[in-house]
Amino acid sequence: MAEHREHIVSPKIYAVILGALLLGTWITVRAAKIDLGRMNIVLALAIAVTKMTLVILFFMHGKYSPRRTQLVIIAGFFWLAIMLGLTLTDYTARHQEPSRSSNPPAISIHS
Amino acid sequence: MHRTGELFGQFKTLEQQKETATLGMWIFLVTEILFFGGLFLTYTINRHEFPSAFGVAGNMLDLNLGFANTIVLIASSFTMAMSVWSAETSRKKAIVVWLIATLVLGSVFLGIKVVEYKQKFDHHLVPGRNFDITYCSNSRNPCGLNAKDFENEQKEVREAIEAEGDYAKEQGFSYPGTMGMTAVNAHAQLYFSLYFGMTGLHALHMIVGAGLLLYLILEARKGRFDANYNTPVENIGLYWHFVDIVWIFLFPLLYLINRHLI
Repeated sequence: MAEHREHIVSPKIYAVILGALLLGTWITVRAAKIDLGRMNIVLALAIAVTKMTLVILFFMHGKYSPRRTQLVIIAGFFWLAIMLGLTLTDYTARHQEPSRSSNPPAISIHS
Repeated sequence: MHRTGELFGQFKTLEQQKETATLGMWIFLVTEILFFGGLFLTYTINRHEFPSAFGVAGNMLDLNLGFANTIVLIASSFTMAMSVWSAETSRKKAIVVWLIATLVLGSVFLGIKVVEYKQKFDHHLVPGRNFDITYCSNSRNPCGLNAKDFENEQKEVREAIEAEGDYAKEQGFSYPGTMGMTAVNAHAQLYFSLYFGMTGLHALHMIVGAGLLLYLILEARKGRFDANYNTPVENIGLYWHFVDIVWIFLFPLLYLINRHLI
């Protein structure tokens, strides 16, 4: 592999990222005070993911890291997505499903 | 333990040596992502099951303190990034200054957290025998709410009790009214268990980070870090930014659930 000098991120970029993160925090608080129904949580998470991406790419030098380090970072979130995603497919589907039999179940978990 | 940055036999270049150390740090951080991920998953499932109780409980938190802490922590990430830059460009005095700034901001964060925890004890919001989600909506004085906030809070608690009562009725309970109250209190305790668990674990990481920063400051004062050798600054920086990322998610998830109601 070709050698490359370590990339030094300039303070200017750090300052821009700081500004973006502060702006994101302000927007997320403003947005939470408006009633958007289910979109509230979607918007809040979208802003949080954007802020996280900025921190990883620039503060944590993810953008300038070697490919194999980037692969490790992506793999970490991939595993997290498996854990969250597959568990939620179960929980979000539980209550919607009506009972297949016409009779109510003999034992209810809640009573 | 090598401290001066000499090249070890198994590496070809100093750069490769540093990249290897950073890769190892990232692998540790991946385990941390999944460690916190389990808590976020628990939170998500419980919020999905008990949305109204989580909304009520979330609005009991002090938004101003939470917002201030977010700003403080983001600022500390910036000062940490600046200490890494100072190390990479061999500005030996500046490294110490930026590291101290990071430590100060981290301490401010923990200080604000202490004030918040104290408030939760005062407001009967710590899970256990004295827990009472209606404490702040029963009488105005102890929680220092203004007339409008107080009214909104009463309304929100009442609606949550009704919602949980309706659910109890659907499930076939005989006293949906009392059940509603009991259910909101129980599920709000679930929220506060997660609140203390998640912010507590996060605060523990901050305390560990503060210890690591202290070590870096002592080493940096001896002039150990420069353009050739700055791996500890870089890797502890990665840890510090990771802790910041956890808070970036904790803040909206814990503080901003149903803010449009109050």
